[in-house]
Amino acid sequence: MSGSSNIVAMKKIVQQLRFEANINRVKVSQAAAELQQFCVQNALQDPLLTGVSSSTNPFRTQKVCSFL
Amino acid sequence: KNRQLPLLSSANLVFLVEMAAQEVASQPSDTLTTLKTESETLKTKLEEERAKLHDVELHQVAEKIEALGQFVMKTRRTLKGHGNKVLCMDWCKDKRRIVSSSQDGKVIVWDAFTTNKEHAVTMPCTWVMACAYAPSGCAVACGGLDNKCSVYPLSLDKNENLAAKKKSVAMHTNYLSACCFTNSDMQILTSSGDGTCALWDVESGQMLQSFHGHAADVLCLDLAPSETGNTFVSGGCDKKACVWDMRTGQCIQSFETHESDINSVRYYPSGDAFASGSDDATCRLYDLRADREVAIYSKESIIFGTSSVDFSLSGRLLFGGYNDYTINVWDVLKGTRVSILFGHENRVSTLRVSPDGTAFCSGSWDHTLRVSGQKYLRLSGVVMKVSHLFCLSPDLGLNVDWNSDVSLFSPQLDSRITRRL
Repeated sequence: MSGSSNIVAMKKIVQQLRFEANINRVKVSQAAAELQQFCVQNALQDPLLTGVSSSTNPFRTQKVCSFL
Repeated sequence: KNRQLPLLSSANLVFLVEMAAQEVASQPSDTLTTLKTESETLKTKLEEERAKLHDVELHQVAEKIEALGQFVMKTRRTLKGHGNKVLCMDWCKDKRRIVSSSQDGKVIVWDAFTTNKEHAVTMPCTWVMACAYAPSGCAVACGGLDNKCSVYPLSLDKNENLAAKKKSVAMHTNYLSACCFTNSDMQILTSSGDGTCALWDVESGQMLQSFHGHAADVLCLDLAPSETGNTFVSGGCDKKACVWDMRTGQCIQSFETHESDINSVRYYPSGDAFASGSDDATCRLYDLRADREVAIYSKESIIFGTSSVDFSLSGRLLFGGYNDYTINVWDVLKGTRVSILFGHENRVSTLRVSPDGTAFCSGSWDHTLRVSGQKYLRLSGVVMKVSHLFCLSPDLGLNVDWNSDVSLFSPQLDSRITRRL
């Protein structure tokens, strides 16, 4: 019995590999450009990236330093 | 064959019937050897197809954009109350509540603004490795060594015993490693040490779909952003990350470049890529349309495993919690480290950026959770991001004590200003 279940398991693996080998792919240059574009387009809405004004940051500290 | 079958969805029953049919219809030539050969041939073909499109590195494409400079992160809240290692946490969509779970068997709901504990549940097991907040904010899910995922509705009445309304939803045959609600309170996705993931209906406890393909414990999962459709990614002890179709149970893509267990996976905010963190001390970025790894985030000085990763809202920053007690922040596009945060006194085990992206929360084996964000200076009403710490400490990332003298060297003013902040 174990012999045939090994074959069944291998068939499943081969089926899966056939499926994965045949998917459509794009070039890394195109994919990378789109990842970068998303970052740039959303940079201003990213508080951890560009900072956020005290009035909207709920975790702000209250200390202020002013210069002459 | 008298096999005792567990409760199965109809998809699984179809699979078993197919298996039985294949056993009967096997050709004599379909020996194990020929199948193994075909498997090796296909793996080579897969690598060749991927390599053909590998025309450039991500950091090369990113050469033209401005560097970020260094960031200084500061812890703003410390949540104390767990009696043992914090293993998992999740944010509520209201951006202020947090649920956390611990080795001591407790699940706590916190208000991160005030640090008050709002709810606490004692689980019947220790090592509650997974917890998640429901999208409505009205319930939490958790589980661990009990092999289950249970949902607790959160009561407005603080005196009510939450355990009384507990609902057992998922049943695995080994520990629950991660759980998350789908787009509503009605369905939960789980991953387990039994090597599978599964989708469950919360109301009935019925398994809607199961996901088989990992060769060892599945340690983590993340749901794709809702705009990109019904997929999720999982990572496991087999060093593989798999992307799944939630409706069919099929593994759509898999990636095997890590050198050790994958402890954490998280989608890039656009849904076109995902990051992973591993015991091999690296984080990696996999692009789903290029179908390959496109970046590695590592340094020779980082030798301890990454336990958890998450992106900032724009996807430009990747936060990684490490077993050497630190949090490293990476420039996703350029591949460089832009910040390192110290403070935890033991391994960082879990890390999530808040839903509005203003802060991130880390949980640790030091029993605490810390909510941290970017350090700001407000000078004469102008908010300035602190990008350089001009002080004698050579170690970038040490939090400045607000009561100590700080010298500021301002290139614009070309003079030295010392102020007690």
